[in-house]
Parts: sequence; structure tokens; C-alpha cells
Amino acid sequence: MMHMHPEAEERHVLTVTVDNEAGILAKIAGLFTARGYNIDSLTVADITDNHEVSRITIVTHGPPSQIDQIHAQLERLVPVHKVVDLTELGPHVARELALVKVAGVGEKRVEALRIADVFRARPVDTTTESFIFEMTGAPDKIDSFVALMRDLGLVEVGRTGIVAMARGPEEA
Amino acid sequence: MSEERSGANILVESLVRQGVEFVFGYPGGAVLPIYDALFGDERLRHILVRHEAGAGHAAEGYARSTGKPGVVLVTSGPGATNVVTAIADAFLDSIPLIVISGQVPTGLIGSDAFQEADTVGISRHCTKHNYLVKDPADLAAVVDEAFQIATTGRPGPVLIDIPKDVQIASAAWSDAPIQRRQRYAPRTAGSAQEIAQAVEMIAAAKAPVFYTGGGVINAGPRASELLRALQAKTGAPVTSTLMGLGAFPADHADWLGMLGMHGTYEANLAMNQSDLIICVGARFDDRVTGRLDAFAPNSKKIHIDIDRSSINKIVRVDLPIVGDCASVLDQILTEWGSRKGQDLTAWKARVDTWREKKSLSFPANADAIMPQLAIQRLYELTKDRDPVISTEVGQHQMWAAQHFPFFSPNKWLTSGGLGTMGYGLPAAIGAQCGNPDSLVIDIAGDASIQMNIQELGTATQYRLPVKVFILNNEWMGMVRQWQELTYESRFSNSYSDSLPDFVKLAEAYGWKGIRIEDESQLDAGIQAMIDHPGPVIVDCLVHKESNCFPMIPSGASHVDMILYGDNVAGTMDDEAKALV
Repeated sequence: MMHMHPEAEERHVLTVTVDNEAGILAKIAGLFTARGYNIDSLTVADITDNHEVSRITIVTHGPPSQIDQIHAQLERLVPVHKVVDLTELGPHVARELALVKVAGVGEKRVEALRIADVFRARPVDTTTESFIFEMTGAPDKIDSFVALMRDLGLVEVGRTGIVAMARGPEEA
Repeated sequence: MSEERSGANILVESLVRQGVEFVFGYPGGAVLPIYDALFGDERLRHILVRHEAGAGHAAEGYARSTGKPGVVLVTSGPGATNVVTAIADAFLDSIPLIVISGQVPTGLIGSDAFQEADTVGISRHCTKHNYLVKDPADLAAVVDEAFQIATTGRPGPVLIDIPKDVQIASAAWSDAPIQRRQRYAPRTAGSAQEIAQAVEMIAAAKAPVFYTGGGVINAGPRASELLRALQAKTGAPVTSTLMGLGAFPADHADWLGMLGMHGTYEANLAMNQSDLIICVGARFDDRVTGRLDAFAPNSKKIHIDIDRSSINKIVRVDLPIVGDCASVLDQILTEWGSRKGQDLTAWKARVDTWREKKSLSFPANADAIMPQLAIQRLYELTKDRDPVISTEVGQHQMWAAQHFPFFSPNKWLTSGGLGTMGYGLPAAIGAQCGNPDSLVIDIAGDASIQMNIQELGTATQYRLPVKVFILNNEWMGMVRQWQELTYESRFSNSYSDSLPDFVKLAEAYGWKGIRIEDESQLDAGIQAMIDHPGPVIVDCLVHKESNCFPMIPSGASHVDMILYGDNVAGTMDDEAKALV
């Protein structure tokens, strides 16, 4: 009989600056699938005036040796300018945006609004029987908010995945 | 001077500007404008293959034997998909290729048009980089960058997909040097600190070994010279991967032979027992390491590699140096100066005891030609011609690696990483194009040769005098061997039934065919092959059940090698079977 032997895993946040060219996202996402790496979340948007450079934030998990390989394999791609492992680098800010639709009337509706206020979630759409709350924060804060809304008429959740940056004055 | 030219014309001019001599290709609807631009152009020689896979491997053979990039031209859809295996092969063996594929016109992309395939998507993970060019004005810069990417850093295949309308539309063309952003700049040299540490480690080692690979070949002939120079200073014995054969001369007293699954006993034991492994341009492939937890357990490891992702991928090393093999070896030599290393007498005496195993020896056979003997005779009779040898994949490939010695780089062309059957014949054709005066021999097996047998016609058409030396045992020998060793001799689908008459096949293509059936005919047959000015197939009937030894079975360590005479038939546990 043969059994599989999984290794201990770590969660890492990587930022990748790339040429904003056709196929780059497929190249990066495909690298992860082809080599059996995990993607927990991935966000991407261009970050320069001329739309030539994009920044991708990837949250991944795996054994430390695999995380190191992911870093090296990403750097090997020609359109990749820079890869920063924020988890390795040290303290960093990681934020996510969520839209949370909650429907209800009466006390539940009031309670949803009250809790939203505590979480600094802002209503961005209102009807007499529903809200869409917008909130940003660390992923676990969003998790808590969504969990509380579940009893108060949660309809739909949309999340961006995290965007992250190293703390302090320097560019990472 | 600037003028308007068609995309196809700009492409051809760009290839000429890169010094391209040969284009290996096959026309089709989506590349007709490029073929028209090639028509009558004397500056580029187009070699018309019989199947696009042949074009890819021919370009690989050309590249491997000349050190220059190979260029492939194919049409869209099946033209491009047929060359994917060769692209993947070049990717794993780090061979510089430029593959130009036609594509359906931009307006039809994504519409499932005739002969449309998502070539950029399909080739994305087996190319070093690829492009879909949507504007002829971009072509010159794309080609320029593609050659830089293919040939610098860790070499590899780069694909340029060009829609048909982009080939026809015109753009400004200028002879002036190309202005483009320089975004690819691989690190080529080690830091002073790394070099100093490497020298310190080598000087302190009592049992060092050089473990060299294809990176030394890829770094150019100078890297081989520097390796020899550094070896002379340090005295450490040298082993090599399959891909690195020829970087170090096989008649040197400190040469250990190839290491790994079918490597010599002395090479594998030296690796296992060393206190320092100096890995130069190799990547700790599974064929080399065997069981990882037992791989060189007591040695420190220096790893010189141009590709950072090769380092610590399989085996953790003590000192990684990211850089070009030639540059880093040069740095180490300079830093070494007139230093003296440790006395290696005791270490070399141990190595000699392993050599005494004579692990490459094989039993004599009165009734059949032993395949190893056939290769030894092939070497003896061709050695004064300094031949270029290509192979297919399987037992014959390993026997060639074991029994055909090499003395200089770029003489040995084989599919190492991907293990592509059908590589050898087209690779020999490409090598013969690049080395018109050399004796080029494809050492083949009866099964592999059939995988790109159609390329016989290519050699005929261009009067390329390549030789194909088939070790014919009527089996897919390596599959048969594994089935004997691990599946209790259940030979599932590994018998080469219905083989063609290779002599008649040769003659049908205008080649000379020679059959060798008995050892008494061996030398004369080989000599007749060498003496014939045109292409020759030699169908050498060899002992049918010979196994390739020594062998490290899957799941075993370097110290558990199987040699000739060991009792090995049987089965394996599932853990071992699950390894490739």
C-alpha cells in the first residue's frame, strides 16, 4: 500500500509587478496550476498612468521550500519586474474590500445597520428592505462581519481578495 | 533609411539581421506570406521537413551542435501543435529556439477558424517566453528581444505567433539599430563573497567531486576549458549528467563517467561518499539523485546555475551561486590563484576501488551482438572523424552515453529532460546542416526511429549524409527492461511487432541500407556506413534481451546499484513503482 505524505505549510502574501501585457495573468495563474502551487486569492490592476505596469497580489500557501520555488519561478518570467514576499519581509498592511448585501425589515434591519457602524461598513445602496454595505479591512475582520450578517438576512457577498504593502517609508 | 515593408518581409529581414542561416519549417495557409517573402531569398536556407516535430528537433540539433539558436517556421493550428513536443523538449534541455508560427488573421482569432489553435496559450508553459504580434510595426523589436531571451540567461525556446494579416500589412522598416526597452537582464556573475566562500570550501575538501551538466555546454566552449582548468588546479574527480557529456574529456584520469540512474558505480559512489559536491550547470534531476533522503548525505554542496529557480528546488545546497557557468568558473579560477587544495590521494584511492567494479562491463555472447559492443565498435571506427552523435530515447541512448566517450562539447545531442523518442533523426539532420563536413550519426533503437522516420526524406532532399545506426532488439527495450525488473516480466505492449525492413525502407528513400546480423559483420558494416558518401541506415540486429546496467532502480539510493550479474528480476513495492 502507498500513502501520500503531506508537509507542513505556511501562508504567504506576494506582490508581483509585471508588464501589463496580454496573457500575463494566464501565465502567472497557469504557472501555479502547472507546478501544483496554491492560489488563495489573487488581485490585479494596473498602477501606472500609461497602463504599462500592473501589480498583482497573490496569497498562497505551501511548504517553505515551495514558497521559495514560487518566488523563483515567478521571477523567471520575462514580463515580471519584481516579486516581493511580504510575509518574509516583515510587517505589512493587508486589506480587502467587500460588498455585503443584507435584506430584512424591522429589528433585524436596525441591528444590521448598528453592527455595520461598529465595523465601519458603509451602506452604498439602500432600499426599504435591503442594504449593500461596503467595507474594507483585514480579511478576518470581513469574515467576522459576514458571519454576523448571516443571522440578519445575508443575501450575497463579493470580496476582492487582499491588496498588501510593506509598512514603513520605503518601497518594498 | 526607413521604408515601408510587409510584416513578412520585416520578419525575414529581422532573421537575416540575427545571422540566421537555416530555417527548419513546413508551409501552410497561415504562413504563405512569409514563405513568399522567403522565395528566392539566398540569405536564408529553408529546410523543408516532413512533419513539424521534425522541424523542431532539427532546429534543436542545429542549436546544440553549433551553439547558435535554431529557427523553426510552421503554420497555424496543426503546424503549431505538432511542434509543441519539440518546444517542450527544448524547454527542459535549455536549447535556444525561435519558433515562428502563423496564426489566423487577427479578426478571426477566437472564432474557431480553419486551422486555428490558441498557440500562445498552448505553448505558454513550455516556452521561456512567447508573443502574439498584432502590429507589423512591433515585429522587428519582438524578433530582436526573442533572440536575446532565447540565447541569454538559461537558454530556451521562444515562440512568436504572427497572424496572417500582420504578415501582409506594412510598417516602417529601418536598417538602424533597434530601439527597444531592455527588460531582460539575467544575473551572470557570482558575488565576490560567494566566490571566496566557494574557493574556501573547495580548498578545504578532502573528498570533492565536480558534478557537471548541460549548463557547461550551454555556456559555450570556454566553460568546458575553464572546467578543465579548475579541475587541473583542484584535482577533484569529475562526473557529468547525460546533458553535460563532452564538457570534460572521457580519457582523463579523473573522469568518473556519467552519474545517475544508468551512471557508473564510481560516479555514483563518489557522489554518495564525497564531502563536497561542486555542481556546475546541473539541476539535481530525479534521474541523477535517486532516493533523495539518501543522496550524498554527508557532503556540502555548491550549486552554480544561471537559473535561480533550479537552486534548492530538489536538494538544499550550502552555497548557491547564480551565474553563467563560464563566468563563475572564471571567477573561481582567478580567486583560486596558486592555492593548494587538500591531498586527495586517499580519496582517489577510494574512487579507484569503485572503478575496480568495472560497472560498465557486460557479458560476452557467442550467438548475438551485444548492443554495448556495437557502440564500442562504432566509437573505435569513427573516433578519428570526431563525430557528432545524436540519439533517440531508451536503452540505446543510455548505452551510447555509457560506451561512446566524448572529448569536447557540442558533439552529443540527446533528449535528456523530456526524453522524446523520435528526437535523434531530425536532430542529426539539423546538426548536419550546421556541420556540413562532420560525420553525424543518430544512434537509434528500432522503436524510437519510427517516431520521426518520415524525416529520411528531408535528408535525401538536401543530400545530407547523416547516418542512422539502429540497435535493433525488436523491443521497446527500456520499457521491456522495467517490466522485467518491476512487473515480473509481464511485457505489456513493449514488443516491436511488424517492424519494417529497415534496409528496404532506406532504399525506398534513396538511402543506403546495411544490415548487420553477426558480430563478424560488425566492423565491415560500420566501415561501409562511414565510407558511403550519402545517408545510410544500419540495421544492427543485437541481443534481444540485454538490459541496461548499471542501474539505480526507482526508489533506491546511489549505493544500491544493480550491476550485471545481480539477480534482479521480480517486483517492487508501490512506493517505488510510483516513482517515474
